Amino acid sequence: MAHRTGIEVSLAIAEAARQAEVEVISAYPITPQTHIVERLAKMVADGDLEADFITVESEHTAMSAAVGASLAGARAFTATSSQGLALMDEIVYLASSLRTPVVMALANRSLSGPISIWNDHSDIMNVRDAGWISIFANNGQEAYDLTLMAYKIAEDHRVLLPVMISFDGFILTHMIEPVCVFDDEEIKGYLPPFNPPYKADPEHPVTFGPVGVPDIYTEAKKQQDFAIRSSISVIKEVFADFEKEFGRKYKPVESYMAEDADVILLSQGSVYETTEIAVDRLRKEGKKVGSAEVRLWRPFPFEDLRKAVANAKVVVVLDRAISFGGQPGPLLGEIRSALYPLEKKPGVIGVTAGLGGRDIMIQDYEKMFEYGYNYLKTGKEPEAVTIVGLRE
Amino acid sequence: MIEIRFHGRGGQGAVTSAEILAQAAIEEGEYATAFPSFGSERRGAPVLAFTRIDKEQIKLRTGIYQPDIVVVLDPTLIESHNVAEGLKKNGLVVINTKKPPEFWKEEIGVNRVCTVKATVIAMQELGVPITNIIMLGALLKAEPLVRPEMIEKRIRERFPHIAEKEVRAFDRAINESRVIQ
Repeated sequence: MAHRTGIEVSLAIAEAARQAEVEVISAYPITPQTHIVERLAKMVADGDLEADFITVESEHTAMSAAVGASLAGARAFTATSSQGLALMDEIVYLASSLRTPVVMALANRSLSGPISIWNDHSDIMNVRDAGWISIFANNGQEAYDLTLMAYKIAEDHRVLLPVMISFDGFILTHMIEPVCVFDDEEIKGYLPPFNPPYKADPEHPVTFGPVGVPDIYTEAKKQQDFAIRSSISVIKEVFADFEKEFGRKYKPVESYMAEDADVILLSQGSVYETTEIAVDRLRKEGKKVGSAEVRLWRPFPFEDLRKAVANAKVVVVLDRAISFGGQPGPLLGEIRSALYPLEKKPGVIGVTAGLGGRDIMIQDYEKMFEYGYNYLKTGKEPEAVTIVGLRE
Repeated sequence: MIEIRFHGRGGQGAVTSAEILAQAAIEEGEYATAFPSFGSERRGAPVLAFTRIDKEQIKLRTGIYQPDIVVVLDPTLIESHNVAEGLKKNGLVVINTKKPPEFWKEEIGVNRVCTVKATVIAMQELGVPITNIIMLGALLKAEPLVRPEMIEKRIRERFPHIAEKEVRAFDRAINESRVIQ
């Protein structure tokens, strides 16, 4: 039976990777992700995990080795944060276009400069279009569960794409909290052995990563997009099976008190749970508010989002990153464009908060709802960029 | 929800205090979270660590700014820091000190104080001035957040080689700390 234990979330993620019986781990330490790969290195050294731990000189190589291992038919794992992910970037795109089901744990951290080791979502937004399946975990339990589910999704022959699980750096990575950890026996067999249709095998040579001349590149990219778009049905299937077997429910778009809400606050990551506290408070005052989360970031769950927020009058989108000179939030842009084709659609306004480790307080969420009500009353949008919690 | 802030110096084990307390509460079936002040770590520098304990799932993930309880592992921190900053009305301060609780009640201006000669106990029982487990004993004397045997269980799991010494020091803290409420 699974046991409920107080564990640091990083260690729970390492435990999930062990129980997924990963065969190759290639990683470079970077705060706040380091505890994950430190623990995995110890597991390998102690003989608790039969895997190759490849110590590399950079994240660029960490991802390269993970892709290579995956092509050779090994279940590969890596983890990183922030600048590490930025350094990987070139190979992040290769992992998806080579259709290698690598799983990456991403401890969300801001990008330099100024140098910041603290949490926001600028790293994940930087690889939004890299072709990876991208899922947010909002607490330790979810980070653990989703790391296991990630392989189930990635290695499905209908998918064969890399998956990154995002979870807030420090706020989750360094948090001790209750997590139900499976006993090894219970989870054994959840993941069938990794059996890719093609692999880099000297006995049966094939070519990976050839030049895509103009005659073929377009078709290759169309296939890649088709693959990730189609993966949403497999992702939903994996979520549903997990719920049936283990009782914990995951949805591409999560929502709380949103069905009858006039104003919905939409966010991603651990703050989504905290918005529920503000919703409870405002509901007690008689305000019809709710909250929602785009958990599945890629492929983007258009239909699920439309269903979740269709009845609201206003959606306030909380971004944890800035698209400089643009939307101004990457999430805001996505939500607006996803709702635009609807005939009857809510107003969509955006706020930014929680950059580089700045706490978002309950009264900040209340302020965000206030912006929503203000928009409802006056039709006036907050200025771009409206940062809640900014010192002026 | 009970919110606790630990004040220590890097290497004294404040983070471990916060963790062990949370893990003991979780093992008792409650919800708890524990976390360090986020950032880089330096031996000797002032550090903060935090624990939240509640009957329900803890969705609040901000820092703790208005604690119910403050635990001070190193008495020299009181000179340079306002350790009672943000402390709730009727909040509790637990201090490693040779001075009596009445002194600190006056000095810090709070009603509820628990004192323990933690460094003395640590040197006698452990031979090193690491007071984290001892401070948990004093904390539980003043505020029974978890059963002491749950902490002892965690000590045995986490420090198997020095468990007997740590448990003895922990028990002494429960017996020897002084509380005014």
